[in-house]
Amino acid sequence: MSYNYLLCGVGGQGTVLAAKVLAQTAINMGNEVKTTETIGMAQRGGSVVSHVRVGKNIHSPLLPMHSADMIIGFEPSEVVRNLAYLKEDGVVVVNKKAVKPTTSSLSGSDYDGHEMLEYLKKCVKTLVIVDGDKICEECGSPKVLNVALLGAAAGTGHLSAGETELTEALLSKVKEQFKEMNLKALKLGMESR
Amino acid sequence: MERELIMGNQAIALGAIKAGVNLVAGYPGTPSTEVLETVAKYNPGDIHVEWSVNEKAALEVAAGAAYCGARVMVTMKQVGLNVAADPLMSLNYVGIKGGMVVMVADDPGPISSQTEQDTRHFAKFAKMMVFDPSSPKESYEMIQDAFDYSEKYGRPVFFRPTTRVCHGYETIEISDERKINRPEGFVKDTSKWVIFPRTSYMNHQMLEKMLVDLSQDFSTYRFNQVTGTAKKKKGIAASGVSYEYVREIIRDREDVKLFKVATANAFPEQLALKFLEGLDEVIVFEELDPVVEQALTYICGRYHIADVSIFGKLTGNNVSAGENTVAAIAESLAAFLGEPKLGKSYAAPQFDAEQPQLPVRPPVLCAGCPHRASFYAVKQAMKGKKAVFAGDIGCYTLGNAKPLDMCDTCLCMGADVTITQGIHHIEPDTYNFAFIGDSTFFASGITGVVNAVYNQADMTLIVLDNSTTAMTGHQPHPGTGVTMMGDVVNKVSIEKILEAIGVTKIVRADPLELDMAIEAVKSVVELEGVKAVIFKSPCAAITKPKKAFRINTDKCIGCMECISQIGCPAIVLKNGQAYIEPSQCFGCGLCSHVCLTKAIEGKEQ
Repeated sequence: MSYNYLLCGVGGQGTVLAAKVLAQTAINMGNEVKTTETIGMAQRGGSVVSHVRVGKNIHSPLLPMHSADMIIGFEPSEVVRNLAYLKEDGVVVVNKKAVKPTTSSLSGSDYDGHEMLEYLKKCVKTLVIVDGDKICEECGSPKVLNVALLGAAAGTGHLSAGETELTEALLSKVKEQFKEMNLKALKLGMESR
Repeated sequence: MERELIMGNQAIALGAIKAGVNLVAGYPGTPSTEVLETVAKYNPGDIHVEWSVNEKAALEVAAGAAYCGARVMVTMKQVGLNVAADPLMSLNYVGIKGGMVVMVADDPGPISSQTEQDTRHFAKFAKMMVFDPSSPKESYEMIQDAFDYSEKYGRPVFFRPTTRVCHGYETIEISDERKINRPEGFVKDTSKWVIFPRTSYMNHQMLEKMLVDLSQDFSTYRFNQVTGTAKKKKGIAASGVSYEYVREIIRDREDVKLFKVATANAFPEQLALKFLEGLDEVIVFEELDPVVEQALTYICGRYHIADVSIFGKLTGNNVSAGENTVAAIAESLAAFLGEPKLGKSYAAPQFDAEQPQLPVRPPVLCAGCPHRASFYAVKQAMKGKKAVFAGDIGCYTLGNAKPLDMCDTCLCMGADVTITQGIHHIEPDTYNFAFIGDSTFFASGITGVVNAVYNQADMTLIVLDNSTTAMTGHQPHPGTGVTMMGDVVNKVSIEKILEAIGVTKIVRADPLELDMAIEAVKSVVELEGVKAVIFKSPCAAITKPKKAFRINTDKCIGCMECISQIGCPAIVLKNGQAYIEPSQCFGCGLCSHVCLTKAIEGKEQ
């Protein structure tokens, strides 16, 4: 058995840590894991993608097309950009809020993510839209968006691990003073369905 | 040690530590940077680790240590190898005593580079052996072999991973054991260590023989493998991460004959002959140049194997540039093997709904980046004047993006300083600017400034000093006063260097004090000769914001001036007015200088 995650968003949103938590969760459960991510030039405000592959007989560090069991999207248009990776019956967890690129502000276009979400509703059977901003506000930091989305992913019941395993892995990856805040974000994320 | 998720670059570093490496030198460059950083992080204390000023310096430092019998590794990206080419070409003739691995990371795509050059080809040119790992796990083992082979033949060797191997992570068990290598020290021998035409002639003969021996040796090397039995007399050859992509598709199928090539030079000829035996057709999967494809085609000619056809990049079956993907390989394999199902299962799915147009999201200078202010200051100072703005390698190449549009040329490390001079000599009525970062200045900017002063060029050097090597992840350099050994040392002063060279006038300015920054530029541009403005302000990614800025909606008239002048990613258009995204604003305040109605207000945090 294998399980593939694709995490996508915009540089600086915290996709990398979320991918690390998912990978650590799988390792703690005794699985083989392969991952890869965007580093370098593309990080600066550009689209970023992390691939996480769990299980045996996995060779490519990048997901093949059509193979993601779950896409965790930090930004609506980034999910649409990567939708070809989704399996037929794959699950999508997506943050509601759009990140407007400078290019679209410059051209005066009104991109706000709305039509992206509408498109996703048409294409994806199991779609969870998360109000990440609201959770971040309740937790008091925009930095917990990644953990809120992980919580929402766990809330779908389609994660390759349970809540306990995910929580344990999360706690091993965050600093002591931020643990409480992250646990709150995780919980709010799970309840966000 | 327990089983951990390890990045390819970390695996290379940990493998080198296990192999008893004594000295590691390099220059940062994506995708190679984390190798040296990992050695520094896990340094047991007796390994000398340094970021050298450039790749040539790194290679020469390592050569000296290898002359003493030390095991050494040099790290760089593929274009860095061009800088190190001069010493390396000669060093392979001279040879070494301690094992020397030249770790060069190639970047198919390219994802973060200027070229798609192939270090396997460079290995052929330099008559050096090259190890080409396919995965992080294999890298950990193979880097140890590379040291052994280097010592066995007394020559430096290439170790060449590509981006997906460097930046891929895999669960690997890391051993705590470590080979202890105690260098003998430098033993004088001018017949060996001094390069002369006569000895080079003899060494050339020796190298040609070595490559023949190596080809035999590598035919039984553990990571060069032939597996499976051919169906319909068809075989597959693959190297690097492309091998993993092929395996992803064919899994453990026994009816596919697969040749894994881990050493493109010296090519394992005997093993290749074993692979070709009984085949009619071969398809080759590799990234960058068709090195394996050419080698197999050559072998077919040389051994009069007339009935085998070799397919790959040269025959148009596979892409000639960019990265390979599982989907592309599956499609090519499906056609080659006559198994259409193979391709379909990896093709992109089709959706009925019409996809909305995606926003374009190119990389941009971060919110709060001082480079944005520096570019804007020069742009304002030169408004209405004929000027050329030469850029260089680093975050500041992104100054080319609209609305700044302040990077007219970019070629290679340090080239802006000298390209500017060429433009001046042909077009003397142009104001010529060269923008260079602090790390790039030390790497290869200084000689260009000497050249400008000596050859009477008229130019303005803009040093973008953000006190770090930002693009590659904030490595220290001679101007920062810290080393990879953790020592605090004297900072090398860019200003004093420029003074010593004889630059006409040098001014310093904080780019975030916009009016003074514009004045600083104006104060030097009309002077003759080489002038410099040093814009000093730390990288936003390594400092904490002091202020937060917001839009006063009563004052904002929606004129878009802030957005259309500086293009900060934190400012967006919302309900006909500018809006500053609080989670993105870094508090640099540049926008408040640009606003026509003073609607942007800062608050101490």
